[in-house]
Amino acid sequence: MKNFQLQAKILAQTRIKDNYWRCELSAPQIAKNALAGQFINIRVNDGLDPLLRRPLSIHGAGGSKIKIFYKVVGKATEILAQKKVGATLDILGPLGSGFTYSQPAARSPQPILVAGGMGVAPLIFLAEKLRGAKTIVLIGAKTKDQLLCAREFKKSGCAVKIATDDGSSGFKGRVSDLLKNLLSAPGPRPQPIYACGPKPMLRAVTDIANARGIPAQLSLEEHMSCGIGACLGCVVRTKDGLKRVCKEGPVFLAKDLTW
Amino acid sequence: MQTKFSVEIGKLKLNNPVLAASGTFGYAEEFKDFMDLRKLGAIVTKTLTLKPRQGNPAPRTCETPAGLLNSIGLENPGLEIFIRDKLPFLKKIGIPIIMSIASEEESSEFLELVSRINMIKEVAAVELNISCPNVRGRSNLISQDAEATYKIVQEVRKITGKVLITKLSPNVTSIGVIAEAAEKAGSDAVALINTLGGMSIDVEQRKPKVAAGIAGLSGPAIRPVAIRMVWEVFNRVKIPIIGMGGIMDVSSALEFIIAGATAVSIGTANFINPKISAEIVSGLKEYLTRNKIADIQDLTGSLKICSQR
Repeated sequence: MKNFQLQAKILAQTRIKDNYWRCELSAPQIAKNALAGQFINIRVNDGLDPLLRRPLSIHGAGGSKIKIFYKVVGKATEILAQKKVGATLDILGPLGSGFTYSQPAARSPQPILVAGGMGVAPLIFLAEKLRGAKTIVLIGAKTKDQLLCAREFKKSGCAVKIATDDGSSGFKGRVSDLLKNLLSAPGPRPQPIYACGPKPMLRAVTDIANARGIPAQLSLEEHMSCGIGACLGCVVRTKDGLKRVCKEGPVFLAKDLTW
Repeated sequence: MQTKFSVEIGKLKLNNPVLAASGTFGYAEEFKDFMDLRKLGAIVTKTLTLKPRQGNPAPRTCETPAGLLNSIGLENPGLEIFIRDKLPFLKKIGIPIIMSIASEEESSEFLELVSRINMIKEVAAVELNISCPNVRGRSNLISQDAEATYKIVQEVRKITGKVLITKLSPNVTSIGVIAEAAEKAGSDAVALINTLGGMSIDVEQRKPKVAAGIAGLSGPAIRPVAIRMVWEVFNRVKIPIIGMGGIMDVSSALEFIIAGATAVSIGTANFINPKISAEIVSGLKEYLTRNKIADIQDLTGSLKICSQR
């Protein structure tokens, strides 16, 4: 798939809550080609600090626009959040491999999306692509206040189930335990699993999926220097040796990872 | 006025003096969507070893103030797979290919690699990477020792007619001494600098941010060191210098040329702007025209030293 370098104009920049922001960019070539699970690599300014681009999942794409969803965690995201509508960002994309899903979505078995924390970012885009497939979404967060995107998932026609560490909303415990419960319930087993979130959560999902022989696709996060497969910085161990998270990933099959 | 923009590295003629540095340009295919690869003077491949190398554990890179630490550990598919999977694309581009090579153990590996590369007519030059700081189990780099540098360059020189470039480490007391050894042994050019040894620490975990611990620093943070070293080497040797270390734009490329570099390599900047090398090519041409310089080679080492009062 062809990649593009664009000067993308910011069309909307909204603070969702606390440090969480959603941003809409004009990026026609990327919007047209983007697959759920792919990412863009953003240069937040022309200076030397931060020096490198920052990779962010594509949160949605339609027409000539793409969306990103981000949390302010450091200098680069702080600069990004200060950008106003009308400003431009130098972006590369759509990068990496996306999730694999059957089209039309209604024909696929019942997919389960497992999102931990900021893991909601690419899964919202996937949920939109899976519209019509009776998708179940499991969202995990530390507390009720930190839950993200539940409403957006519902809007895409998903059934949403919640897990919080402190039990302030939904199931009390880890989202991976909620997944385990769901898969142990009688009746036809929903599948495949699509997951994005912190590493411990992804490891737990891997174990659950592999133990039951359920296909699972995981979107990994890794520090990247180039995002285009050149620097070999963001590697992960797989059955077939090391793979680049930015190029062969960020989406990997759980059964292939040996991390 | 017709401006001469081509440069010579030994018998190798480059259309322009801008190269993509080893390890920062993959095998070129990664950049094909972002720029016209034919705009480059030459491409230096990611370093190849005889056998495949898995490289170091992750995390392998980390950003530092105006810099980048990396310890990839020379991950590469090995010569065979390179020839099968990577070389065909490189050949099609139609610009000179410089193969960067390293040995894991003995000099015999360098000799075997070079004797195999001798048979690939599309490879214009060989760059001896005797300065990678990220190979485990080696306390000293060949390029930290003038005698060892002389020995390996001489051995390789004996068996190849290809243009030979020796890549030097900045982690030395006097880079000029090492450059002289490479010149004396028959190297056609020296390339400098490789990365500067560095470290960064996660204070909460008290762990190095790059898994290998010590890593190599690149990017604008090392630029003044690199320019100083190019200047030192320029005053010690007659062979051409390929200068690099934190070139981000036309002006920093010019600094290297004025300090004594015949050509420049773009490294870390490729990660930040994948078409930067093409932009630097046009910017250099524009500088020559604006300053009415007929030949880019007139600029090499043209630094005006302040006279002492």
